[in-house]
Amino acid sequence: MGGAGKKRFEVVTTPIDVNEVVGRVMAPEYGAVTTFIGVVRNHSRGRQIRYLEYEAYPEMAEEMLEQIGREIRERWPAIEEVSIVHRIGHQEPGEISVVIAVAAGHRADTFDAARYAIERIKEIVPIWKKEVAVGGEWWVEGPGHPQA
Amino acid sequence: MRVRLRLFASLRDAAGIEAAELELPDDITVGEALDRLCAQYPALARWREHIMLARNRRYVTTADRLADGDEIALFPPVSGG
Repeated sequence: MGGAGKKRFEVVTTPIDVNEVVGRVMAPEYGAVTTFIGVVRNHSRGRQIRYLEYEAYPEMAEEMLEQIGREIRERWPAIEEVSIVHRIGHQEPGEISVVIAVAAGHRADTFDAARYAIERIKEIVPIWKKEVAVGGEWWVEGPGHPQA
Repeated sequence: MRVRLRLFASLRDAAGIEAAELELPDDITVGEALDRLCAQYPALARWREHIMLARNRRYVTTADRLADGDEIALFPPVSGG
């Protein structure tokens, strides 16, 4: 088991250490780890972004991250380990907002599983971002109701 | 019965509250509770069709029934990542 005993699904308020998250899923038995890193972009809607404010319903957000982990194992039984860490609070362009790490014996399913995780985050995990741009700020709202 | 209400993000800003204790009739549905909230906080009514609903940290529909001590959360479509 990779990173035995460590929490796999977490909402944090401090900068994310990518290597630490990857370490949670790594083990000598697993020949492949795919990592997705979400980064705060410096532009949106034609404006220069000064910073983002992420807010969460933290208790539910961690439970939904765990649910995504369960969904991945159901869809791709070859996936051995999943860890997802999402940061909330004030974040500047270039900072890391989310890290997803997926481990398996072989590489094939790890790419699909990591992609699935980020898409599901944007559907069901109760986290919202407010974009603060030069000359205005607004809440970003997702496309709508999820299949929960 | 008493139910704890929590609002997040743009809904919290619109209603001007982030949490409240609600006194509700027994056996009320989530939708009926939402009707009352929209009457009490008209800013919510505008967003009603877009509101996501969670009861005790699970997504529910307006047909679900509430129970004493529940936590109900209202929020806009999520936008993390």
